[in-house]
Amino acid sequence: MTESETGTGAMLRDLRDVWRIRLLEEKVRDLRLGGDIVGSVHLCIGQEAGPVGACSVLEPADALFATYRGHGWALARGVPAAAILAELLGRATGVNGGRGGSAHFTAPEYGFHGENSIVGAGAPLALGAALAGRFDGTGRVALCVFGDGAMNQGAVHESMNFAAAFDLPVVFVCENNEYSELTPIRDMVRNDVLADRARAYGMLGERIDGNDPAVVRDRVGDAVQSAREGGGPVLLELMTARLVGHYIGDAEQYRQPGELERLAENEPVTRLQAALRAAAVPESDIAAAHDDAAHEIEAAAREAAAAPLADAEAVRRHVHA
Amino acid sequence: MPETRKLSYGEAANAALRRALEERPEVLLYGEDVGVPGGVFGVSKGLRKQFGDRVFDTPISESAILGSAVGAAMFGRRPVVEIMWTDFFLVALDQVVNQAANVRYVSEGRLTAPLTIRTQQGTAPGSCAQHSQSLEAFFLHTPGIRVCMPVTAQDAYDLLLSAIGCDDPVVVIENRTLYHGAKQEVSLGGPVAPIGGLRTRRTGTTATVVTWGALSLQTVAAAETLAQEGHDVEVLETPWLDPFPWDEVLASVARTGRLVVAHEANRTGGFGAEVLARVAEAGIALAAPPRRVAVPDLRLPAAPGLAAAVVPGADQIAAAVRQLVAAG
Ligand SMILES: Cc1ncc(C[n+]2csc(CCOP(=O)(O)OP(=O)(O)O)c2C)c(N)n1
Ligand SMILES: [Mg+2]
Repeated sequence: MTESETGTGAMLRDLRDVWRIRLLEEKVRDLRLGGDIVGSVHLCIGQEAGPVGACSVLEPADALFATYRGHGWALARGVPAAAILAELLGRATGVNGGRGGSAHFTAPEYGFHGENSIVGAGAPLALGAALAGRFDGTGRVALCVFGDGAMNQGAVHESMNFAAAFDLPVVFVCENNEYSELTPIRDMVRNDVLADRARAYGMLGERIDGNDPAVVRDRVGDAVQSAREGGGPVLLELMTARLVGHYIGDAEQYRQPGELERLAENEPVTRLQAALRAAAVPESDIAAAHDDAAHEIEAAAREAAAAPLADAEAVRRHVHA
Repeated sequence: MPETRKLSYGEAANAALRRALEERPEVLLYGEDVGVPGGVFGVSKGLRKQFGDRVFDTPISESAILGSAVGAAMFGRRPVVEIMWTDFFLVALDQVVNQAANVRYVSEGRLTAPLTIRTQQGTAPGSCAQHSQSLEAFFLHTPGIRVCMPVTAQDAYDLLLSAIGCDDPVVVIENRTLYHGAKQEVSLGGPVAPIGGLRTRRTGTTATVVTWGALSLQTVAAAETLAQEGHDVEVLETPWLDPFPWDEVLASVARTGRLVVAHEANRTGGFGAEVLARVAEAGIALAAPPRRVAVPDLRLPAAPGLAAAVVPGADQIAAAVRQLVAAG
């Protein structure tokens, strides 16, 4: 492999991709606080390594089902930032012309089969995408993302058992950010190693460092490959943390003293930059990873803001065939 | 090549499933006990044997059954799944209302969910309160979901094929008391109609009775009794509830000036309320206030004697028409 595929080249690319999501989310936050975006918004700031690592091993024909905290997954999957921002701004050029909003947009042409605003509800859908693949010969793998809290939803359990019983190629990615809204997951389970549950369904489960894109790429890559080769579903528990509230406006009273400072040391940008510096990568390269991403997001925001509002004339269309 | 055979309602549904599996390689058929056992009511008998892996049994996991059907439909399959009893939809309604119904709308038509959900409902002697509800109004309140309720064996065949051919999610609500009834002449193999339509069971001028599901047969019986009394009642049966034949129903009510709606669902919030509301909104002048014949607002008791006291039949329908006639 060349330097660009491994080592510092890959790290620089990961840093840029993490920045793309981080800066997109910061832009969304600004637009929400400024009143341009309205409604409930869930940011994935701090959790960028998951989408960056996982999407890098998916094929175009694979299916990806995310949650309301899905902007980063969409961007990493290839949905243009301008189309995402336009969607959140209710513009005609939004991925769904304003129908999905922040929490429920879908972009199948990019292999992004949607956010979901119902906790755990994407798991049965992913099951179906994998099931379809069994008959259409695509070898499609379905990757389904959900949070730690979703591990307590019936639909997720039904889907894990169903996928395991039929060896369906579903990779269940649980982003354990240690909170379900305002409630710590450890208070809601007896065994807080959520990956342990996989064994009960006869599938592989693994808890991994969800803040390192390289680790995520490696473990999700193996899971995807094994699923594609008929090995059945896998559950990966990505340990991560959101550095912001559950939603914009969350007072975050559940945080412990010093918690955010501790999390800041372990978040993807800090870690990637430290690793790059330790490998003696020039500061200009590290800065460029940020600047490239910033350039893209700023241009996307300008494009989205300039687009016309979604046309209410069309609001009744597409209820039925 | 169309042919006519004598089939029960359940056998007719089986024939429709067989034809769909034969003609459309993208059809999958699955659910609890649907594959090897052939369905708890025998409706999918023989299909696993004939079509192999496309027909299979699932865990008792309604969310996974419905949601996987939505997901598979998004990816080009045409799943036909079964919810054994309509009451069991309730553990998984999210997958219908929040998932299936939104696929086309939110994606602006770039994704679709052409799935068919077969279920059955209705009262039957001894069935408990969790196995006898009529829940069609839940789905009718959900734009994006199509709904039909086959009554005849021909319906069981035709409506199911129309549903499978439809590019939207369709809930086909069968009736278990009809599965093993008398064999009827069923025309098989003809062209598959698009969804929608109604059946005028009887034309008349005294009153319009709109009905669907099991009460259709009771309504026909009531109309025969009323005819002997000199009241010719127009019986409009609506096996398709979404799309609903509003024009035909409103035109009939405008002609007769009297309206009764009869259904086996509870009265409050039942779809009969919607029919009355539309007639009112249309400004149709009525000779007498409209009436609903429905199960009163209570849970359904298991004991046959208790259920008989609250589930309406031909007598209640006939009485409602007589009251309208007497009122003006
Ligand atoms: C079925 C359902 N119940 C409750 C909610 C409200 N809700 C939205 S997000 C959330 C917390 C989910 O936590 P987790 O699964 O850990 O995901 P995270 O938000 O941390 O990414 C809850 C309870 C919902 N959207 N859907
Ligand atoms: Mg969480």
